[in-house]
Amino acid sequence: MSVVLGRLQFFVITLWAALTLNFILPRMMPGSPMTAMMARFKGRLSPQTVQAYQAAFGIHPRDSIFTQYLTYLDNLAHGQFGLSVGFFPEPVINVVMQALPWTLALAGVTTVISFVLGTLIGMVVAWRRAGAVDSLVTPLFVVLSAVPYFWLGLLAIYFFSVIHNWLPARFGYGITSSLTLSWATIGQILTHAILPAGTIIITSIGGWILTMRNNMVGTLSEDYVQMARAKGLRPWRIMFHYAGRNAILPNLAGFAMSLGFVVSGLLLTEIVFNYPGVGFLFLQAVENQDYPLMQALFLMVTLAVLVAILAADAANALLDPRTRAKR
Amino acid sequence: MLSDGPLLEINDLVVDYAGKSGFVRAVDGVSLRVSRGEFLGLVGESACGKSTLLFAASRLLSESAQIVGGNVIFKGRDLVVLREKQLRHLRWRELSVVMQSAMNALNPVLSIEAQMLDAIKAHQRMSKRAARARAAEVLRLVGIDEVHLKSYPHQLSGGMRQRAMIAMALLFTPDLILTDEPTSALDVVAQRSLMVQLKELQQQLHFAVIFVTHDMSLVSRYADRMAIMYAGQLVEVATTRDVFDRPQHPYTQGLLEAYPSIHGPRRELKGIPGRPPDLRFPPSGCRFAPRCPKMMPVCSQQQPGISSPRGDDLVRCFLYERDGVPGELAGVRD
Amino acid sequence: MYQHIALEEAPLPVPAARGRRPRLLAIGGLVLSAVGSNAKAVLGFAILGIFVIMAVFAPVIAPYGPTAELFLPTLGPSPTHLLGTTNLGEDIFSQLIWGTRETLLIGAIAGGLATILSVAIGVTAAYLGGIVDHVLSSVTDIFLVIPALPLMIIIAAYAQGGGMWVLIIVIAVTGWSYGARQLRPQALSFRNRDFLESAKVRGENRAYIIFCEVLPNMVSLIVAIFLGAALYAVLAAAGLQFIGLGSTTDVSWGTMLYWGQTNEALTSGSPLWVIVPGACVCLLGASVALMNYAVDEIANPSLRGRRRRLRAQRRASA
Repeated sequence: MSVVLGRLQFFVITLWAALTLNFILPRMMPGSPMTAMMARFKGRLSPQTVQAYQAAFGIHPRDSIFTQYLTYLDNLAHGQFGLSVGFFPEPVINVVMQALPWTLALAGVTTVISFVLGTLIGMVVAWRRAGAVDSLVTPLFVVLSAVPYFWLGLLAIYFFSVIHNWLPARFGYGITSSLTLSWATIGQILTHAILPAGTIIITSIGGWILTMRNNMVGTLSEDYVQMARAKGLRPWRIMFHYAGRNAILPNLAGFAMSLGFVVSGLLLTEIVFNYPGVGFLFLQAVENQDYPLMQALFLMVTLAVLVAILAADAANALLDPRTRAKR
Repeated sequence: MLSDGPLLEINDLVVDYAGKSGFVRAVDGVSLRVSRGEFLGLVGESACGKSTLLFAASRLLSESAQIVGGNVIFKGRDLVVLREKQLRHLRWRELSVVMQSAMNALNPVLSIEAQMLDAIKAHQRMSKRAARARAAEVLRLVGIDEVHLKSYPHQLSGGMRQRAMIAMALLFTPDLILTDEPTSALDVVAQRSLMVQLKELQQQLHFAVIFVTHDMSLVSRYADRMAIMYAGQLVEVATTRDVFDRPQHPYTQGLLEAYPSIHGPRRELKGIPGRPPDLRFPPSGCRFAPRCPKMMPVCSQQQPGISSPRGDDLVRCFLYERDGVPGELAGVRD
Repeated sequence: MYQHIALEEAPLPVPAARGRRPRLLAIGGLVLSAVGSNAKAVLGFAILGIFVIMAVFAPVIAPYGPTAELFLPTLGPSPTHLLGTTNLGEDIFSQLIWGTRETLLIGAIAGGLATILSVAIGVTAAYLGGIVDHVLSSVTDIFLVIPALPLMIIIAAYAQGGGMWVLIIVIAVTGWSYGARQLRPQALSFRNRDFLESAKVRGENRAYIIFCEVLPNMVSLIVAIFLGAALYAVLAAAGLQFIGLGSTTDVSWGTMLYWGQTNEALTSGSPLWVIVPGACVCLLGASVALMNYAVDEIANPSLRGRRRRLRAQRRASA
């Protein structure tokens, strides 16, 4: 229990740090969202409009910075992220909410598949101790794991879409069709997801295989594995319940740290495929100098990462009885 | 079927470890016999090969070690030539193992019950309830309350963990239990209590025990026979009484002189000077010769063979060889 | 992307404290011998070497200037234009060669800066202990968790198109936490070692102890961290430039990707415009990863030679 509380404390502190960073950064840099707006509308804004926008963006030049900070926090608590510059006058929260489900779906599916498949393959590769497979698979994945997600995506697009028109190259669904709940739409969504998801899985699975394999090699030399053999248990049972379950524990801890990379790769891949998720939104925000949108996206992604970490911690506590009994 | 033959018969077993610069012969031609219900203490210094012998006999060596010669006849079957599937059949049912450190030998993520049920399910079809009852029963045998079935290894004390391992080894009341220094991780009080328990169980359930240890005095109270190992070879095997009253091999004598007796006059402790040989470069001739107070010229030239001066014992020393090179004591009976 | 395998604490044997130079030489010798015998490391060094040559001798190797809009646009590959031309008529091959410079510079400098930050924070936290340690560790953890790319995007966007140096600073500021987290336990393990005690008794001050006694012993880990940081920097720079941050008028592999993507190179007949720079980023990343893998094997002997042992065994049983 105390472990969970400790983690939650970290969660809150990190979230606070992200919020504060978000607040401080724009005020440290030259220019402001208003300048961006001005540029967009080529300076043709009346003072009243400027004031209205300022209110919308949460800029109160006459208040002290501390009051601004409190107002900022208050707004966030109410889901008020201001108005988007690029999609003006759409509230940022709406824009984000349209894109978020796409990213969450893509992220969720690819992460789970990568982790599960990668861990299983790593476990089997280590178990078999087959020198040939091991010395081929391992360096192969070392190299593969250095492939930038988005480049593999570009290649995939080129091969699967441009040369052979097998799979769609971009977007989440057919551009001309509307987003209705029909089998046809679902089918489109799935086919459009194959390339981005496939790209991500191929590049990220390497890391899981490698770490699981290394963990297993260590676990296999433990006494309790030898004991399991002495008891005459079946090989697969030893592999899973004795070696595997212990080897996977450090992986779960490492999962949290690797999320940063996963997220980056995911965002870039979305951009390559014009997939209507958070990544693509980021690109548009950068192009339009849409700072409110950028800030909101940053916070959303941070929040998602923190939640994922908590989930990994919970899984760890479930699988490892020793963490439940912390002093 | 084989109530007359020995339970376990190891013949000329040779085990090599693969090292970076070649092979190390950890066990060099060891022959040993264990009868039913016998308590055999296998004694020797660290790295003398006793644990390797134990694991080789039960075919549990790690991938870096290999049996390269000899055989291990257990209840009439040679374990060395059996394949894993056949071995699995007799594992735990007829032959079980108790390891040195229960903290390392028990799976940290499974409860005691789960680990016991694993063993049961692997060999016998039993209802879950019956299996649980059996697990509780063996725990009771070693004096652990069955509420601890649900505990995880890290929740038990060191002594309890070790006893739980013994209990687990008894699940199928095997004919032979191999124990590898099961008490070295415990304090003296827990050690004694574990030994007493083990001996009682042994007398109650009639299984044989090979007890590997570096502590001669510990096992002397409980063992029927003792086997002394040095540098990968057996140097003396005799009944416990004989080993203590009439030790034959100079190494055994040296070991005994290193243990002062509580009764009797005070005397200087005499250790054995020098150290065991580096098995990567085994000496020609007797391995103990460099440290032996009774060394003769022939000792550094040839390896002594095995003799049996008293008939029921075994000594590897030129002092006792009868043919070829007569030793000083050859032919002398006490 | 590359997941660095965490190193255990200080497996490299600590030689007697007899002076700095012999120790560094000994470690250097160890690294060189291990590297030489390790095919992966040799391959990694070779690839890196090729790129360095490309960067240094760019004026000699590249047939034309990178932004010389002298030719017909969107040409396919040909003997005069090995990779074709961009939509503005620049020679892609020349761009690639010239672009190597900025890419390598960003990787090395940003990686180096991040490593320096890692060492500073990690070792200080370990050595000073107490509340300083607590605060620094919390900061490290926070930066570890906060997703790097979004943060980098925001900072770079606010800086409104600064160019190469903006990228370098942004990458260094977000990339140090991984290394600091790895350095701290190793630095901690040194805190109580005897040779440090003897230095304290000799009356050396803290700075000397940190720089001249502790750090030289952590060289192997620091090298591994630098390689990881450089890899991270290369990929991050490519990613950021791909989105259009940094200066889009610079010439580097990342900006080539940006312009290629913006001009729909894949579908408009010059796919090599994006595929080749991407492949180069890949190769550079792979070379760093290979070298890193080799350093891992040097530092963690349990990963070494498993295949050799198995082979030896199989030969024996034959």
